[in-house]
Amino acid sequence: MTTLTLADALPLFGHFLVLSLLAIGGAIVVAPEMHRLMVGQLHLLDDVQFNASIALAQAAPGPNVLFVAVLGYQAAGLAGAAVTLAGIMLPSTLLAIGATRWAQARQHRIGIRAFKAGLAPITIALLAATGWVLTAQNPTPPVIILTAITALFAWLTRIHVLWLIAAGAIAGAAGLV
Amino acid sequence: MPPEPVARPSSPLDLFVTFTLLALQGFGGVLAVTQRELCERKRWLTHAQFVEILSIGQVLPGPNVVNIALIIGDGYFGWRGAFAAMAGMMTLPLVIVLALTATYVEFAQVAAVAGALRGMAAVAAGLIIGTALRLAASLRGTLLGGFAAVALATASFVAVALLRWPLVWVLLALGAAGTAWAWRRIAAQEGAVR
Repeated sequence: MTTLTLADALPLFGHFLVLSLLAIGGAIVVAPEMHRLMVGQLHLLDDVQFNASIALAQAAPGPNVLFVAVLGYQAAGLAGAAVTLAGIMLPSTLLAIGATRWAQARQHRIGIRAFKAGLAPITIALLAATGWVLTAQNPTPPVIILTAITALFAWLTRIHVLWLIAAGAIAGAAGLV
Repeated sequence: MPPEPVARPSSPLDLFVTFTLLALQGFGGVLAVTQRELCERKRWLTHAQFVEILSIGQVLPGPNVVNIALIIGDGYFGWRGAFAAMAGMMTLPLVIVLALTATYVEFAQVAAVAGALRGMAAVAAGLIIGTALRLAASLRGTLLGGFAAVALATASFVAVALLRWPLVWVLLALGAAGTAWAWRRIAAQEGAVR
């Protein structure tokens, strides 16, 4: 871990501000660009640290975008985490609020109603696609069975998700998955 | 499922606490648990409203779940609500993930821990698929008509899940097609009423 000088922090912050506006589909979409910048160009991290950041954020509870904070933290401690997380969140946050208010003020216009109706089936299919892509990363029969059973429970019952997650953790720790 | 939501958050603090609790349950992704908490348990949103908000959160840059938190919070209490919901979603998970980072070297080598993480990842994938199936019912009676809705959903899934095309282009192309089709149908309906 290095200490972050202002000369390092400013370009890092600036790059993450730009990446924020390119991250359609989530921050993970621009992870290759973060890798190029932090590992290749600024030499703040190595490959192992970079990959561990993504894995850690996925394992921990909370939004996966927090891998960006882990990247900054591994590079330069809490100051680094503050720089990368603020950079990735600030523009997209302002845009989300601005765009929503703009659309809300025009919610009865035909264009906005058509947008919502037209996007709904795509949005739902993209959720299913996310689950598919996650499963396809490690498609062993036990993983597929566990994923399918979970999907059925989540679809058809109101069972609390923590029970399902705990069952998955126990099955995995026991070596079944 | 009632057509209108039956409850709403009482204050920004309520938003903060609700989003904190749901984020802490979100292992491997928060979207599935967000849908369950806000639609089924809190009853703040209908399924159709959730899909609408998710659609907006998805076409905008930034993390979808954080965009959803911002949009919902802003709708109830303006800036204060948006900030409270986002802070709830991120603050405690941030502390946890940084604490984990500081200690992860020891954990990662335990076989049982690695296995548990694999099991949780499989469950997380199943939760998202289950959420998609659950929300699919909200497409009944869509302005698009059933055939177009199924066609758009199928094309999106094939493009992103099977062909692995970049999301931006799929969203642009199919989103434009869906919007244009819905526009035509709405215009035709309203023309017929007049």
